[in-house]
Amino acid sequence: MNIAVINYGAGNICSVVNALRRVGADPLLTDDPEKIMAADRVVLPGQGEAGHTMASLRQKGLADLVRSLRQPVLGICIGQQLFCEYSEEGETTCLGLFPGVRARRFSSLWPDTPQKIPHIGWNTVHSLRSPLFDGIAEGAFMYFIHSFCCIPPHSPFTASITEYGGVTFCSALKKDNFYAVQFHPEKSGSLGERLLSNFLHLS
Amino acid sequence: MLAKRIIPCLDVKDGRTVKGTCFVNLREAGDPVELGKSYSEQGADELVYLDITASHEGRRTFTRLVSRIAAEISIPFTVGGGVGGVEDVACLLDAGADKVSVNSAALRNPAIIDSIAGRFGSQVCVAAIDARCEENGEWRCYVNGGRIPVARDLFSWAVEVADRGAGEILFTSMNHDGSRRGFANDALARLAKTLPIPVIASGGAGCMQDFADAFSIGHADAALAAGVFHFGDIALPELKIFLQKQGISTRISPTFHEKLH
Repeated sequence: MNIAVINYGAGNICSVVNALRRVGADPLLTDDPEKIMAADRVVLPGQGEAGHTMASLRQKGLADLVRSLRQPVLGICIGQQLFCEYSEEGETTCLGLFPGVRARRFSSLWPDTPQKIPHIGWNTVHSLRSPLFDGIAEGAFMYFIHSFCCIPPHSPFTASITEYGGVTFCSALKKDNFYAVQFHPEKSGSLGERLLSNFLHLS
Repeated sequence: MLAKRIIPCLDVKDGRTVKGTCFVNLREAGDPVELGKSYSEQGADELVYLDITASHEGRRTFTRLVSRIAAEISIPFTVGGGVGGVEDVACLLDAGADKVSVNSAALRNPAIIDSIAGRFGSQVCVAAIDARCEENGEWRCYVNGGRIPVARDLFSWAVEVADRGAGEILFTSMNHDGSRRGFANDALARLAKTLPIPVIASGGAGCMQDFADAFSIGHADAALAAGVFHFGDIALPELKIFLQKQGISTRISPTFHEKLH
């Protein structure tokens, strides 16, 4: 199986490659459109600022290409936010794969009761609705590190929700062949590895 | 619900783990990757690896070690110790570290925090602060592994590093470090109240109640310890259950959960 991890200038991409190797895959880190199109699975990982990462995808000619993919595609962290319609970060128009879902700044959602930002650490995922969660129980802990979150929480594409400081957001989204998670499965221990393995074994 | 994090800290010298008591008298405690893996399997929420090697050759060994850790360990890890500039950070992140802690270099040149946060994002930038409560009751910052005092108060410095873009603060109380008398809960509570970013408590863990106090009295977001874990005084699964019984949100590792039933 060919797995393409898109190399587009986002941070911390090698940890996804390492985790995919741990679950038995041999991923290719690439920004080559032909290799991405030909892959059986595509991962858009990483950390970064929405404006910069979106601009980088466009510069490499990958924005339209990602939208046109038909094989299973997994967006992680900033990847999930780029799949949305819009991000408040840098007022960025994103890929629009999840219509109506927007990445909002946590701090703009709780003006009266400020919480610590970024949302760092292990938090629980609920209302699981995706084959990616096969074998993963309601309330399982995943590792998060982010300052923007995807809302509304109950969109038609919501695959899991998580709560932080009174705000409930989409910790996973799914539409057709596009899967996305806000947390880092590559850093979420054995359950994160289970999720990555589920992604590789989607039928 | 967001869990309070338990973070074993591994001091690394020439590729081996050691633990200092009050910053001197190092004793060896194993292979860094194997030890980290074992902690991860037992339910550690993150790991911190501190390079206490001074030599140039030692630094190269450490960077190779970081690559091995990144390949083999499936939870987040922070690396630090002797980080002098943005290029050091780039090198450690390239090797696969999730976060990098910066300590003395930031006190000497505070703008390094802005540079790291600006180039790599706040989430990778952990500001480590070693401070001692002096006889006059003031908390003074120290550099060079707690050897040299500087004219900087802990609380004002913590606010400044947060303003400059640090993503977390790792506060070590030198009065408490190695003492096993509990964490510096008063100072921690003051930091937690004034800072908009998470605070990691460090220094003083001796028993399980000390961790509970760091969370409930010190309002820490995470607690770090070394010796009590390395020498088996506290087992991570038991600690997690102990905290949960006190109403503190913790992540009970699934592998251990299975063993309970």
